[in-house]
Amino acid sequence: MVKAASDPDQQEKELIRRIQNGEQEKFYELIQPYERRAYTAAFAVLRNAADAEEVAQEAILKAFANLRQFRAEARFSTWLIQIAVNEARMRRRKDHPEIMQPMGEYEDEEGLYSPREFADWREIPSEALERKEVRELLLEALASLGSKYREVFIMRDIHHLSIEEVADALGISRASVKTRLLRARLMLRDLLAPRVASDWFSRAPFQKGSKPW
Amino acid sequence: MVVSCEQVWQEVSNYLDDEVETSLHSALEDHIRGCPRCTSVVAGTRNVIQLYSNERLFQLPMGFSWRLQRRLADHIRPQRGTVYGWLVAAVALALIAGSIGVANWRAQNPSSRSEMAQRGHGVPANLLVIVSEHSRLFHIKGCPFVHQNDNPHVETAAEAMREGYVPCVRCLGEYVSYVAVNFIKKTWAAV
Repeated sequence: MVKAASDPDQQEKELIRRIQNGEQEKFYELIQPYERRAYTAAFAVLRNAADAEEVAQEAILKAFANLRQFRAEARFSTWLIQIAVNEARMRRRKDHPEIMQPMGEYEDEEGLYSPREFADWREIPSEALERKEVRELLLEALASLGSKYREVFIMRDIHHLSIEEVADALGISRASVKTRLLRARLMLRDLLAPRVASDWFSRAPFQKGSKPW
Repeated sequence: MVVSCEQVWQEVSNYLDDEVETSLHSALEDHIRGCPRCTSVVAGTRNVIQLYSNERLFQLPMGFSWRLQRRLADHIRPQRGTVYGWLVAAVALALIAGSIGVANWRAQNPSSRSEMAQRGHGVPANLLVIVSEHSRLFHIKGCPFVHQNDNPHVETAAEAMREGYVPCVRCLGEYVSYVAVNFIKKTWAAV
């Protein structure tokens, strides 16, 4: 009988070991917490929900087929994201070799990015994300980034991977991760600040005595 | 240490991730406190990190998990070595063995060619009989109920019974009775 591991990482390793030893039906239990990450990683590259789903599922099936090659010292989530990113890049090359990269893709990473000057951006209410138009605005801004910035930003600031894990998943240096992350954050700030400052709070729930009916 | 606005912009990401050395951290804070533009940059960048920090921002497409589970089920082969697996194998073996047994039994005990017919008992296996294919009977040579149009042919009683023919109640009934009576007579005489 298998002794239950208390640490979640240990539990995951134990689960992986059991799947590698033949209990394949447990694979969904392993993958379930990471479905969204695989999807988001694919979306970061493809910017299309239908393609991202297909690629994410292919990546998960590929992870299933190659689980025996997974090394215990690596993190499963990073390994899966790496597969999803590679699959998505292959899909992009295959389907749209002609597609022009978004603005910022070929910009010099080393050059100084000068953030735009805005009026102070006030603190964001925590419930802001509950509003659909806010989510759409954030996704739109993210989609407008060049893929190399978008990929790093999603992995680091949405999936909360470490700098090392992002570097491993994307096959780039730590320095490149940091540079791209800085650039992505500043570009998003420049994209969002003017709209947030003007739209966000002015379209917030009705002011007293100003109901439209 | 004194830092410029450009240095703040270069380090804002590391500063917010708390990945700068203590001395640089203090210098950056001093600068930011006194610089409205850098204050705006730092606050805006912090807001960006905070806004995007929620993984729920990306909703999985409706039915994603269900479709994934279906695809996985197609790839996952039944588990080997479990009690369930052995049970399935045992049932399969029993079914195969049963089928073979039934086939053998049917070969040895073919169903009668006539639904109403009774199988012959007591007919000597090596007795040569005349088989009437259409009437599905076999007879003793000379039986008046053998029709020439019936394509009669000769074989042993065992072969005829194996092929599903049944004895003619008239001739073979008399024959069996005759043999039985003779056997009793001989036995009685011997006693």
